[in-house]
Formats: sequence, structure tokens, C-alpha cells
Amino acid sequence: MFPSAFEYYAPKTLDEVYGLLAQYGDEAKILAGGQSLLPMMKLRLAAPSVLIDIGSLGQLSSATETAEGLSMGALMRHKTIETSHWPHYPLLRETAPWIADPLVRNRGTIGGSLAHADPAADWGAALLALGASVQIESRDRIRHMALEEFFVDLYTTALEPQEVLTRIVIPVPATAATFARYLKLERKVGDFAVVGVAITVSLAIDGTVAQAGIGMAAMSGVPFAAHQTESLLVGRQLTPALIKEVSESASQEGDPESDRRGSAEYKRSMARVFVERGLSQILQQWESTQSA
Amino acid sequence: MESRKEDARRMVSVTINGEMRQGLAEPRTLLAYFIRETLGLTGTHVGCDTTSCGACTVLFDGEPVKSCTVLAVQADQHQIDTVEGLETDNVLHPLQQAFWDNHGLQCGFCTPGMLMTSVALLQKNPHPTESEIRHGISGNLCRCTGYVNIVKAITDASHKMQKEPAEV
Repeated sequence: MFPSAFEYYAPKTLDEVYGLLAQYGDEAKILAGGQSLLPMMKLRLAAPSVLIDIGSLGQLSSATETAEGLSMGALMRHKTIETSHWPHYPLLRETAPWIADPLVRNRGTIGGSLAHADPAADWGAALLALGASVQIESRDRIRHMALEEFFVDLYTTALEPQEVLTRIVIPVPATAATFARYLKLERKVGDFAVVGVAITVSLAIDGTVAQAGIGMAAMSGVPFAAHQTESLLVGRQLTPALIKEVSESASQEGDPESDRRGSAEYKRSMARVFVERGLSQILQQWESTQSA
Repeated sequence: MESRKEDARRMVSVTINGEMRQGLAEPRTLLAYFIRETLGLTGTHVGCDTTSCGACTVLFDGEPVKSCTVLAVQADQHQIDTVEGLETDNVLHPLQQAFWDNHGLQCGFCTPGMLMTSVALLQKNPHPTESEIRHGISGNLCRCTGYVNIVKAITDASHKMQKEPAEV
């Protein structure tokens, strides 16, 4: 299976990328790791006439951690994130091993995944839970945007034809006691999520929830942030009773569609189970750090 | 592509199994086909051609990837290793020998991909647990063996390679 014919460019600088984007506009697609775009092109679901391979832009493949947060280059591969150690952001390492399979993770990038904007993608859910924003650059300007605004619709982002997603920025969590879980239901290894739930919780010294993030995969037409459930958690003591209450709330959020992976009702039910399970594990983990 | 006025093919140079090779490829040519048809190394198999089965796994700068989901032009100036590079002087790589000894293949179609994934796995993690092996090969499908003997073979090779460290 071959993609339709296209012209291929492998620019070495962002300036060259902007030049090519100015020339070709929306006829061009940006190629990062290619693990979503190339399969779509082979199936002829996508047929761009120009591919701009940004794989040589080395400055986009590393991360910088500061007191304010973590700034990740868009070309960081899933595998690199899986094997990196950022203790303030445990959700990243929780999520990465669930993406596709090890071979795809060696090649696919975090920025490529976000720009593809699949509602079932694992990074979408996790980075919404983390309150991430994206840095978008073009020849004329650099803009920052909350990830939630970046996801416009199914496979559709706020990127303009002249723009490139360059970095993903995660704010530092409210407290050092930050715990995370990513729970995913998949039919087989490497499949898209039937439902995915990303949870990050930062606790105060007395066990009160200082900050909570819950992101969901395949629970809406875009990656979805369960704000109502997050707000039920904040300021309250994490207890089994509270966990029960918020998991019920979580199952009512989002707008899942019935498809061949499961009915909407089943997906809601699994979202409830995952929120309950994830928060219970986090509570247990916190309790064990207290008794230690 | 007769209708296209200019020849869209370009020269792609790779270091494959330690040897510098080049060939012409259209931008849309996938690395798996470039390796098989242009460079004539047919040990790399194309199975599903949809990024699922891993039969086409090769090492790209040392990392196992699905070569049906990489463009040949992306591999220009990079290092590729395929199953043909595993044996040295007619002696099988310890992993190949272990697959043989443990009946780690039946039809053999997935084997080149399984081997390349396993080579990289043992380089990163010379003493994997069964669970680590199973997760490590989760991108490679086998429809014959049920995986039991593949896992056994990789475990066996990991023991033997500790005794006599091998190349690649």
C-alpha cells in the first residue's frame, strides 16, 4: 500500500518550514514521527500534495524543566517520555506505556499526536488533566493556547495553515505530593482506547485535594477535560465516600458515541469505574507515604 | 507514473547492516519496500502493511520501528539494521539460535521482526523478566506459536548472551 504521490521536503530550520508553509499553505502537511499520518496516507484517507518533514529540527526534541513547569519539544518521542524521569509530573510516565505499542512509541511524537487530534488519543486526555498549553509558532508570531482550546473538533485543531506546533508546556503542580494514574480499556494491545481516563491529584499535607485534573479519551468528539468532576474534588479530603461521589459525576460528563468499540452507556460506565479505581489507588498510595 | 513530467525519485543513502548502500526512491516509497525491492534484502517481511503486525521491524538508528510506516526518504543518511545483519561468518546470532533451539517459530513469517525487536530489547535490558519480554514484543504479532516458545527463546538467548556477549 502506497500513499498518493507527494513532494517531500526535509527543512533544517523553522525558517525554512515557514517558507514552505507560505508557499504551499494547506496543501502541505507536516510530518513528525508519521505514526498517524503515514497510515492515513496509505489508506488514502489523507492525500496531501506536499509533506514537510520536520524530523531534522533537533531543538524540538528535548525538554526543559523550570520552577514554573515543564516545556516539552513537539518532536519528543513517546519512548523518550516513557523513559524520562520527571517526579513532579508522574502522569507522563503513567500514560506513555499505554500508547500504541513499543515499536510505534519509538517513532511517534507527542506533538504529532496532539496535532492529529484523535479524540481517543492517550496524550490528549493526559495533557488536558495536566492543564497543559501549547506553543504555536509562525513566521510572524508565537502564541500560546490552552490545550482545551487547541482541540476544536474531531481531528481538527486551532492550527492555521502557516503555523507549527512547537512546544507543550505543563505548569508545575500545586504541591509536591502529586499522584497520577492512567487507566485505559483497549480490545487488544496497541489499540485505540475504548475509554481512557487520566487522573492527576495534588494533595496538601492534611490530605485535602489542592489540585485535580481528569482527562478522558474517547468520551467525546475531542479529548475531554472533566471539569465538573475536578471541581468536586478540589478543597475536599480524599476519602472513599468522595471517590464514590466524583466517579458518579465523571460518568455523566462527556458525550461518548456508541460505536464498534462499545455503546455510549458502556463507555460511561467504564469512565465511572476508572475514576473510582484510579482515585482509590491514589488514596492508597498517599496513605502508604503517610504511614512510612 | 509515466504521466509525471519529471522523475520524482531521489537518491537515498543508508548504512544497512554496516554497509553503505544507495538507491532511488520516490518520496512515497516506504522503507520496507526500499529495503526489499531496491536493496534486494528480502529478509524484512511485509505483513499487514497497516502498522499492526511488526513483521517489517528493522532497527532505525538502533531503535526497532515498523518499516512499513517510515518513508525511505526519511531514512536517508541513517543507519538501518535488518535480519540479514544478525549472523556473522555463517554463525547464527544467539537469538536466532535460541529461536531454532526452542521452536520459537512455525511458519517463520513474523520471525525477522521478532528477532529485530528482541535484539534491541536485550541490548537495553539484558536480563528481562517474562513480563518485560511480553511487553517488549507486544508490537509484533505471531499467529502460529501462541508466543510461549518465542518468550522461551528470548529468555534462553538472554542467558547465553550473558556468558558470551555477542555483536549487534
